[in-house]
Amino acid sequence: MKGLPRTIIEAAAMLRRRETNALELAEVALRAAHADTFNTWLLLSDERAKAQARAADERLRAGDASLLCGIPWACKDIIGTKGVATTAGSKILEGYVPPYSATVVERLDAAGAVTLGKTNLDEFAMGSSNENSAFGPVKNPWRVDRVPGGSSGGSAVAVAAGQALFALGTDTGGSIRQPAALTGVVGMKPTYGRVSRYGVVAFASSLDQVGPFTNSVEDSAIVCEALFGRDPNDATTMPLPSEDLRRELGRGVKGMRLGVPKEFFIEGMEKGVERAVRDALRELERQGAQLVDVSLSLTDHGLAVYYLIQPAEASANLARYDGVRYGLRVQGPDLLETYRRTRGKGFGPEVKRRMILGTYALSAGYYDAYYVKAQKVRTLIKQEFDRVFEKVDAIVTPTSPTVAFKIGQKVNDPLSMYLNDIFTLPVNISGLPGISLPCGLSDGLPVGLQVIANSYQEATMFRVAAAYERATNHHELRPEVAA
Amino acid sequence: MPIDRATIVHVADLARIALTEEEIERFTGQLSVVLDAVERLKAVDTSEISPTASTLPLVGVQRDDVIRPGLTTDEALANAPKGGRDGEFFRVQEILEGR
Repeated sequence: MKGLPRTIIEAAAMLRRRETNALELAEVALRAAHADTFNTWLLLSDERAKAQARAADERLRAGDASLLCGIPWACKDIIGTKGVATTAGSKILEGYVPPYSATVVERLDAAGAVTLGKTNLDEFAMGSSNENSAFGPVKNPWRVDRVPGGSSGGSAVAVAAGQALFALGTDTGGSIRQPAALTGVVGMKPTYGRVSRYGVVAFASSLDQVGPFTNSVEDSAIVCEALFGRDPNDATTMPLPSEDLRRELGRGVKGMRLGVPKEFFIEGMEKGVERAVRDALRELERQGAQLVDVSLSLTDHGLAVYYLIQPAEASANLARYDGVRYGLRVQGPDLLETYRRTRGKGFGPEVKRRMILGTYALSAGYYDAYYVKAQKVRTLIKQEFDRVFEKVDAIVTPTSPTVAFKIGQKVNDPLSMYLNDIFTLPVNISGLPGISLPCGLSDGLPVGLQVIANSYQEATMFRVAAAYERATNHHELRPEVAA
Repeated sequence: MPIDRATIVHVADLARIALTEEEIERFTGQLSVVLDAVERLKAVDTSEISPTASTLPLVGVQRDDVIRPGLTTDEALANAPKGGRDGEFFRVQEILEGR
């Protein structure tokens, strides 16, 4: 076998036809991962992967029905893996080896999936270009002078470059959907409360969700089925029954009402991106959907709300990195100075910037004017989505206003970097599910189409995405390296 | 709102982060730009609106109080930094004076 099959579905069928086995799939994936030239991986755990693959082969021989059994996957290095170093892309977690696995990892282990290793990311998931990793930027396989997006850049590239059949990322303001768009794969953020955050390094707790990168919409639903569900270790998981998320994949969009918010087609978005997304909307119309003009008038304020709430929550979450119980410790003359030096040396520039912004927004005299104000506008943004979903089944937008930009281009301009996420972060603010899927190329680089559904309506979101995917072949385009 | 150097120093102190001179200067400029952008929120009327801390419809989630396995002491202490473990404890610097 030269390369991995394209999708989980194909691989699962090959495994059951005995055309391959889990060990061979793992070895093919590990070979591709070791040959990686994009700085995708922070760690490859070959022996563990092979042991998991052998166990999966046992299960497959016994007729195991799990579609993920024997499927090699890549784990964003912000998700804790028992016995395997977890860095969150930061020097401050130097030497940290989690004594337990995140619930999502345990669920994939239980499904028989094979963990290849840990992927590169922006430090503590703070970034939209993967340039904030303490271990160097990830390159985009479509063009190596371009960023892959972020923060889950390594996970996106592992799937785009054919080194894994799926990957997990985390999405706080777009960190799965935006890199999926920029690397031409499918990236999905579930409704807040669908997936356990237990064992995942916390960034902004009211916004963070774990979700998959895949090469198809159906694969995305398959991984979500394994991830979703209440976890007694995370009180923010919803107690909903397990769900067949693929039940509507084949239904098509005929008769559906799809909202197109005018605020998502702004000045300053690239013409090629707008063209690809408009073409996609026309295709959905051809498939029988009714496009409905809707207004999300507060979209413009999403960025401000996000850049107050997210750094505020992060500054509280990252207070735990004090050099006492794990990670880096830089000793000073007293404990306070040890804290200051440890954090000064351990955190990179973007993390410090956000710690300071968040601490400022929470500090005496500014708390009401910034933090509480942002939480109130958050209420209005959510209400606006609620009203739109009274009229439409789903909302369709561009994922990102641009294609992959040059490495270094925005690194000294935080505001322009933050604008990458203007179309994705309202979805996190409102707790909704969103998916990005490929909808063509602009200047030879992938463009992403975002489908947003109402809370817990992932099946509807997958239905729209699958209908588009079936009608086009953009998802089959791959960077040359993976061909 | 422009943010000045003294504010950055004060807030970095609250956040327990040692900054270099160069960082103080850079963050002063960059955070002013970001705060200018968020300032626009003031234009939104929120006089009748309550804040959203979480989009989740759950409140006061409870679970049965059952004994379940946790980490052993050794597992919990295994990641202590070099010199940071003392028997069954993490070792930190003295914070109480005059003993």
